[in-house]
Amino acid sequence: MPDLYGEAMRFLTALALTWTTFAAGAFATPGQPTDGALGLQPAVTPIMEDIVSFHNILLVIITVITLFVMGLLIYVMIRYNRKANPTPSKFSHNTLLEVVWTAVPVLILIGIAIPSFPLLYKQDVIPAEIDFTLKATGNQWNWSYEYPDHEVAEYFSNMVEDEDLEPGQLRNLSVDYPLVVPVNATVRLQVTASDVIHNWAMPAFGTKMDAIPGRINEAWFQATQEGVYYGQCSELCGLRHAFMPIEVHVVPQDVFDAWIAAKAEDEYSEAADAIIAEYSAARETRLAQLD
Amino acid sequence: MSADAATHDDHTPSMWDWRRWVLSTNHKDIGTMYLVFAIFAGIIGGGLSGLIRWELMEPGLQVFTGEDTGWGALFGNAHNYNVVTTMHALIMIFFMVMPAMIGGFGNWFVPLMIGAPDMAFPRMNNISFWLLPASFALALMSMFVPGAGADLGFGGGWVLYPPLSTSGHNGPAMDLLILSLHIAGVSSILGAINFITTIFNMRAPGMTIHKMPLFVWSVLVTVFLLLLSLPVLAGALTMLLTDRNFGTAFFAPEGGGDPVMYQHLFWFFGHPEVYILILPGFGIVSHIVSTFSRKPIFGYLGMAYAMVAIGFIGFIVWAHHMYTVGMPVDLKAYFVAATMVIAVPTGIKIFSWIATMWGGSIEFRTPMMWAIGFIFLFTVGGVTGVVLANAGVDQALHDTYYVVAHFHYVLSLGAVFAIFAGWYYWFEKIFGVKYNSFLARAQFFFFFIGANVIFFPQHFLGLNGMPRRYVDYPDAFEFWNAVSSWGYVIMLVGMVLFFAVLIDAMIRRRKADANPWGEGATTLEWTLSSPPPFHQFSELPKIK
Repeated sequence: MPDLYGEAMRFLTALALTWTTFAAGAFATPGQPTDGALGLQPAVTPIMEDIVSFHNILLVIITVITLFVMGLLIYVMIRYNRKANPTPSKFSHNTLLEVVWTAVPVLILIGIAIPSFPLLYKQDVIPAEIDFTLKATGNQWNWSYEYPDHEVAEYFSNMVEDEDLEPGQLRNLSVDYPLVVPVNATVRLQVTASDVIHNWAMPAFGTKMDAIPGRINEAWFQATQEGVYYGQCSELCGLRHAFMPIEVHVVPQDVFDAWIAAKAEDEYSEAADAIIAEYSAARETRLAQLD
Repeated sequence: MSADAATHDDHTPSMWDWRRWVLSTNHKDIGTMYLVFAIFAGIIGGGLSGLIRWELMEPGLQVFTGEDTGWGALFGNAHNYNVVTTMHALIMIFFMVMPAMIGGFGNWFVPLMIGAPDMAFPRMNNISFWLLPASFALALMSMFVPGAGADLGFGGGWVLYPPLSTSGHNGPAMDLLILSLHIAGVSSILGAINFITTIFNMRAPGMTIHKMPLFVWSVLVTVFLLLLSLPVLAGALTMLLTDRNFGTAFFAPEGGGDPVMYQHLFWFFGHPEVYILILPGFGIVSHIVSTFSRKPIFGYLGMAYAMVAIGFIGFIVWAHHMYTVGMPVDLKAYFVAATMVIAVPTGIKIFSWIATMWGGSIEFRTPMMWAIGFIFLFTVGGVTGVVLANAGVDQALHDTYYVVAHFHYVLSLGAVFAIFAGWYYWFEKIFGVKYNSFLARAQFFFFFIGANVIFFPQHFLGLNGMPRRYVDYPDAFEFWNAVSSWGYVIMLVGMVLFFAVLIDAMIRRRKADANPWGEGATTLEWTLSSPPPFHQFSELPKIK
């Protein structure tokens, strides 16, 4: 028996792809918003890829439903206005119709639930095989990071103020010291807060987890592309809520190893800072060559 | 003697007699006061949203620059921006939509539609109303007293999440807000008791519960939601109050409490609350669609029980507002499933409205245009709700502008459009004068276009990752924010036209007809003069 459901989903995804290519803007730089963009940021983790494709399906379904309702409204407005239909009919029941418009939405919802639940469980259940654990703590108003498996001292990550921005840095997104993770590593992220509730959100990873004082929440991600990715605090936390961004550098494993070794030896290691700066510069050059 | 008494009863007190309003026990006068109050609060709440869109028109800080302007929380720093978004939400919910729909239209038309002389407890009706200005005054005062440190006002969002609302705001602003919401809650609970008693006991002979007009059904469901959900809010608020002032630690982790517990309590109230805001609108739109299609409402029982179902399900889906707090995954899965079920009764309502129009003889009078606009815009807000119901996708969209777009489509374009539909449907009945339908239709078009230009681009911002409650955003969100702010300007023109309609009607004073809408208007209020006599149905009407 042919896999009708799979076929239908493949068709819908293809349809949606046309829209999202346009929507996300093929020019979008991964890891940051794009001006005028219509859709989700490009995915760099398997979870976000699933979110994007599930959202593409949903977008088609809800667009079709909305257009259907709009079409019906336009039809009745034209066909049954007072000029076109001076004498109204008096019917007020149609059992078959009522059964249909109850049952069909139920079927559509079941169709939505089928991809929805696997995605939810995949996001929420931390894989058994993880490479290391990271801890992010939300503070008013910055993030601090710890690498409990690597004996790196906790360090703070503050937004770069407008007047201190260097070329290539993004206003309200760049930080003075980023989070660093190796590419393709499966990272367990533990999130908590020291004062009020914050939220560690990284759109390109599809990660969003509340940082709640007194609790440790867990999430995970596996970034599959090197690069610099930006996110922002996503739970109202007071005066400078809009100014405590998150910046993650996804680097090759050897760069990460060198950085973590230097950082573990001396928390203010200039060598560690140089490794990050060098990586960023090399990446800039490569990107420039690509253009 | 009895003739004298009758004359006395029929005598309408003067407009200018303060006792008529302050001591009122008349459901129509109290309803009018609620409507005037809602307009007043709407101006303030709408003005605050203007400050929000002005600030967000371009990147950087425009309005909330942090320089001392002497305007208190109105033009202050980023904290004051949070105050403004918080107060915009609270004012629109508690002091605009609820008073307009339940207090205003509910008070006016529930007794008229069921053939009752007045509400069951007229004096309680008076206190229900007069608690609201007191509550509103406390809320407004909170904007001008210290909230967090020296910064004025409470800027923790309308959800009042601790610890930001406890240790995060040490000033008296939050305490004033707690008292304000307590009083607003008491007002609503008293109103709810009054409506339930009235609807259950004062229907005219022959009006069985299954013959009640759908607006009465919608108010009945709404007030049950109020009665059951507000005490939970009151409990949560009281715990916030004692955490703040008396050393308890219900929500303080350092004392063994749990901030997430507050969120469960709040949303157990908060989710029914959003249905409280929209359900009366469902009732209003049903009457208008039926009246102007000159057809009985399609599937009356289905429509009534769809509202009951929505009300019931509204109590068991609250944690879909909390998908990111770290709930167990099975619990999230339950809330996903339960939330998606809401789409079914909501779909029944949308399709029944269209089926009511199907085969009808539709006249596009002003209220009908607002009602059709409502049906379409509510559909848009409804389908994005289905997207957000899926916790998997919500992980990307939670607390972004996608959510802001979603709930403004169902509330700002849903509930508010229903209020305007009801306003223009019953305007002549309430005030006894006609309005200029050209101006009223122009208002509709400015609102329809403006609201869509404001809120549709916010879907794009949210998908691209812009978080809500941000005073300033990365430069890449500029384009759609600018579009959104221009939409506000368009809507503002509509708002000016609304007052033009009012002033025009006030000056010209053209005498209204008892029933301006013709044979399609079948409910009891149209059997009375416009405005109705000060006391009506001294002899109860018989329903066949």
